[in-house]
Amino acid sequence: MSQLVLEKLRQRFGTAILETHAHFGDDTAVVDAGMWRTVGQFLCDDPDLDFDMPIDLCGVDYPERVPRMEVVLHLYSIAKAHRVRLKTRVGDADMAGAELDSLVSIWPGLDWLEREVFDMSGVRFRGHPDLRRILMYPEFEGHPLQRTYPADKTQPLVAYRSEAEAGTPLEKLEPFGPDEGMPFGRGGLPRVAEDI
Amino acid sequence: MEALDLELDAGELELPAEPMHLNMGPSHPAMHGTVRIVLELSGETIVKADVQIGYLHRGFEKMCERGTWAQVFPYVDRLNYVSPMLNNVGYALAVEKLCGLSVPDRCQWYRMALGELARISDHLTCDGAMAMELGAFTPFLWFVKAREMVWDILEEETGARLTHSFGRIGGMAEPPTPDFKGLCRAGLPKILDLVEEGERMLLRNRIFLDRLENVGAISRADAIALGWTGPCLRATGVPYDIRKAHPYLKYDEVDFDVPVGTKGDTLDRFLVRLGEIRQSKRIIEQVLERMPDEGPLNCDDPRVVLPDKMAVYTTIEATIQHFKLIMEGARVPSGEVYSYTEGGNGELGYYLVSDGSGTPYRVRIRPPCFQITGGLSKILEGRMLSDIVPTFGSLNMIGGECDH
Repeated sequence: MSQLVLEKLRQRFGTAILETHAHFGDDTAVVDAGMWRTVGQFLCDDPDLDFDMPIDLCGVDYPERVPRMEVVLHLYSIAKAHRVRLKTRVGDADMAGAELDSLVSIWPGLDWLEREVFDMSGVRFRGHPDLRRILMYPEFEGHPLQRTYPADKTQPLVAYRSEAEAGTPLEKLEPFGPDEGMPFGRGGLPRVAEDI
Repeated sequence: MEALDLELDAGELELPAEPMHLNMGPSHPAMHGTVRIVLELSGETIVKADVQIGYLHRGFEKMCERGTWAQVFPYVDRLNYVSPMLNNVGYALAVEKLCGLSVPDRCQWYRMALGELARISDHLTCDGAMAMELGAFTPFLWFVKAREMVWDILEEETGARLTHSFGRIGGMAEPPTPDFKGLCRAGLPKILDLVEEGERMLLRNRIFLDRLENVGAISRADAIALGWTGPCLRATGVPYDIRKAHPYLKYDEVDFDVPVGTKGDTLDRFLVRLGEIRQSKRIIEQVLERMPDEGPLNCDDPRVVLPDKMAVYTTIEATIQHFKLIMEGARVPSGEVYSYTEGGNGELGYYLVSDGSGTPYRVRIRPPCFQITGGLSKILEGRMLSDIVPTFGSLNMIGGECDH
């Protein structure tokens, strides 16, 4: 059963399905960004697939790749009890052209999720009824889950108090610096092979 | 003296007809301090409701990209802080799926027992808080007393009442204490007695029932399309429980039912949660029967599991292994995985991307109550202002989880 979804997608859309895999048992299809909405509509409408529940939508940023932002949609079908992961890639190095068709009219549950991806990763959804920030405040600049956004950057709405203003030494800890955390976590070390 | 109210009907006073705007929260006791609802009212009827979240956003996903895989555990504790054990287990299972690991049977039973205890505490909190918000303070105290008993057991096992950080990749931090089974067997009947007593106080109370019945109802199709899972979805009659539909751990070997509602209203959600507490008790009893007292708890995989403390102090190999696991982190093979478990509120999913290093490339959580809260405005519109409190309470929005 598990290959049925990917098989149907490949048959129906041919080259618009850029790649498919089923690593760890999760069926995954990468689709062309222009076909995002068409493929979504098909997954919802096809009686054999019947994906009626939007599970999750998120962005994964790969700043060294073009297109840079991967948008990952997880779907589930209550009736057929199967899942699929649909991915697409948008945006160049500066996130220009990071736009996708909104799927809110297919799955209303994606309303907040698309807002979240816009807020956190900076992908704009065409046709979304209400594309506002959701987790961050309206004055916030940038998109925190882009890897180029510094983890130690702060954007306080009310400026931090200086020692002169306070008239007393403020022994507050700075937000953690870029060198803190796990410096040798990424890079430097050889990677483990793709498959175990 | 003649009655003063006779002439009121013929009064000249005209109230303005334009809609009124009202801010509810974030510092409103029923909004859990973390949600703001901007309402457009016509009289007392809600015309539009804009639910705004994010007041508890702590950059969980960004923080995870800075530490090791194991350092994510304390963060997931703080997502759903009412049932942190379920988050711990869910995250551990996700990383184990990525590593291709399967923990020994004893650990699987242990995780189930702790997880179901956490589920009981989650449901007790939700139902108790909901009753309190409607003015029924005594049942809340009863439920919290029962929750305290659950937390006593968890404290005995993990050392912490709330933020256990007890999961590990490939096992648990500590084996079950010798008293674990005894504590559960002694505690569960007391917990259930309290639940029953609290339930009797509520379910024969006309005021309480009137405020829940047919309030905040949602249809099956709507709930599915909104991505609702867990008790809120089951209240509409869809028996989707991941423990049954896609069993993980040993859920396929235990006997339990999935309580479902019929109307999808607030009362159904309340009753489904009470039903699940009883099912959790059933599961725990079966787990205690079958969990072996002896045997390994953690995987025997030196790539991810910390060596025995005694060996760390006495041998150089174990010292190095310990150092590398702590400082560089367990090396998780590259790839992407989506792993899902049944959390207190529904499908708790983790989408992990690894680049093969000791640090996660991306940790994405799928918090169940994010989408449930996303559907809130839909079920509020057209209802009365006073329906917000029971409806919102019955969704069990947990700020830490919803706001990431």
